[in-house]
Amino acid sequence: MAEMTYAAAGAAALAEMMDADRTVWALGEDLGRGGVFGQYAGLEDRFGAERIVSTPISEAAIMGIGVGAAMTGTRPVVEMRFADFALCATDELINQAAKARFMFGGQTRVPLTVRMPVGMWRSSAAQHSQSLEALYTHIPGLVVMMPATPADNHAMLKAAIRSDDPVVYLEHKNLWPLSGEVPDDAAPYRIGTAGVARHGSDLTIVTWSATLHDILSAAERAAGAGVADIEVLDLRTLWPWDKARVLQSVRRTGRLLIAHEAVVVGGFGAEVAATVAEELHSDLKAPVRRIGAPKLPIGYAPTLENEIKLGPDRLDAAIARMMS
Amino acid sequence: MNNRGNLDQHRFLAFHREMLRIRALEEAALEGLRQGLVLGAIHPSIGQEAIAAGVAGQLRRDDILLSTHRGHGHTLAKGADPEAMMRELFGRQGGNCGGKGGSMHIADFSVGMLGANGVVGANIVIATGAAHAIRLHGDDRIVACFFGDGAINRGPFLEGLNWAAVFDLPVLFVCEDNGFAATTRSADLSAGPGPAARAASFGIAAESIDGNDITAVAETAEALIDQVRRQRRPAFLHARTYRLTGHTGADPASYRPASEVEQAWENDPIARSRALLSAAGTDEETFNAMTQAVANEMKQIFEAARDAPWPDPAEGLTDVLDAQAPEVA
Ligand SMILES: Cc1ncc(C[n+]2csc(CCOP(=O)(O)OP(=O)(O)O)c2C)c(N)n1
Ligand SMILES: [Mg+2]
Repeated sequence: MAEMTYAAAGAAALAEMMDADRTVWALGEDLGRGGVFGQYAGLEDRFGAERIVSTPISEAAIMGIGVGAAMTGTRPVVEMRFADFALCATDELINQAAKARFMFGGQTRVPLTVRMPVGMWRSSAAQHSQSLEALYTHIPGLVVMMPATPADNHAMLKAAIRSDDPVVYLEHKNLWPLSGEVPDDAAPYRIGTAGVARHGSDLTIVTWSATLHDILSAAERAAGAGVADIEVLDLRTLWPWDKARVLQSVRRTGRLLIAHEAVVVGGFGAEVAATVAEELHSDLKAPVRRIGAPKLPIGYAPTLENEIKLGPDRLDAAIARMMS
Repeated sequence: MNNRGNLDQHRFLAFHREMLRIRALEEAALEGLRQGLVLGAIHPSIGQEAIAAGVAGQLRRDDILLSTHRGHGHTLAKGADPEAMMRELFGRQGGNCGGKGGSMHIADFSVGMLGANGVVGANIVIATGAAHAIRLHGDDRIVACFFGDGAINRGPFLEGLNWAAVFDLPVLFVCEDNGFAATTRSADLSAGPGPAARAASFGIAAESIDGNDITAVAETAEALIDQVRRQRRPAFLHARTYRLTGHTGADPASYRPASEVEQAWENDPIARSRALLSAAGTDEETFNAMTQAVANEMKQIFEAARDAPWPDPAEGLTDVLDAQAPEVA
């Protein structure tokens, strides 16, 4: 058992995989100096510049090289620096990585892990703050993972690297300094499994990534105020998602709220909501609701950014509405 | 390029045969298109066969090839099974990709052919990635990456060539310059002195050749393949040619004068190869026997593909992801 930050847990997971498997390597801008957020700190010293590769500012090439190298017997971990910049590599990810196995009739696998830091963080404005997970959950052929804790970042990154599928791995920038226990003997993470972050009986909240922590605080407030005993599910993998776990919980509570940092319209919450509405219509005590960002570019000034964020007031109001 | 009297007939008859096979495969595919057997678009390489035969035909079986939408010739010359290719064009069982890909996605990993590509220029960075993996494995394979003159205006061309040069990767980039990008004359929309000059600006050794002269292609490619293999550095081959058919099998190419195409036929690489071999002493009988053997091969392939069953619809659900949502909570 070790106490570690979310960033250090990522570095430790990658180091463990690189120790275990010579074909694992990482590539991205400035990785040799630890990556922009320190999530690669110490790795170049340990593994050398041949396996921790500092690249030119060439996102299409970083992703495309990852695809070619993944089809040639290696397991590349591709760093996109900010999820926003991965948009420069959409062809390489969506048309190439996600399609190669199917399109070539199963002749190849693309064991690629694509790390994309997401989320609002220190007034980063419209091009350095987005949560774009819904873009990738829409694409057949991609796994989408979003760890919310240091322990999960450790276990889930290892699972992503071990996977033969291309994995879009979205870490939240606000979580880098978050500290937590990372057990040495954790069971391997099984892709597609949600976590029960809090047990409860009145209302199910499905969430993921950094929003988990806001939801856990809101659930404590709601319990303290006698508003609701909330079950919090951390989806962790968005595709394939743990439908069984969500349905089981909502069948019991009869109420579902989905909360995410991303824009609500067309967000992944819509998929969860539609599925629950289709499967559990007669078990529901209240309409399924979603809460997230309005359909706006993210502003720079804190007063503008706060309009987009799920602050405590909005969360408390949404919970109260579910229970009314 | 070559003193005709000294032409190595044995070697160049093999290239000649490969060009005939490519031509015959694509003529059969065009016939398949007319009969409604080829389902999607095909991009014939008729007129460009010398580059495929002379470059892809000299790679080792374990070398890696990345191809384009106009990739039948490269793929065949790398050693892929033509019957599997024809079945793929017809969307049938036993196609290289089981009918999931079609012409623009033919791949044959068993001969190191990592895919044609439906996206112009996309293969350049994938090829560079394969070469980066080879560098990590530390073996002596190389990668050959074909693309057209149109691809040099896409971003991945810059990103891939720069990368291959700074990381010292064993890639032979092959620009097949047929003068056209779909209906556009590439020269009208490409600035500067051309593909080789762009490669040279990255410090990549670049050669420009007549891509319809099999001797020029074979000798330059042999030297560049050897150089890339030994030096573990990229090289660039710019091969000038002409697309004798339309952009696709269905394109009448009315954007260029018929006289231009007629003239280009006089420069047909297969006719030129035949003339060289004749001058060096190859007799009519040898050519006739070769043409007949190739025709028989393609006839048999065509019929086998035509008679092959469709893929089981259930196949369409396979090879997407290993990861599955848990069934029980
Ligand atoms: C990114 C992209 N843009 C456009 C197309 C449509 N397209 C297919 S082939 C082609 C022309 C390509 O020209 P070139 O690279 O010279 O290859 P050629 O067809 O001459 O062999 C175009 C525009 C495409 N497939 N991919
Ligand atoms: Mg062209």
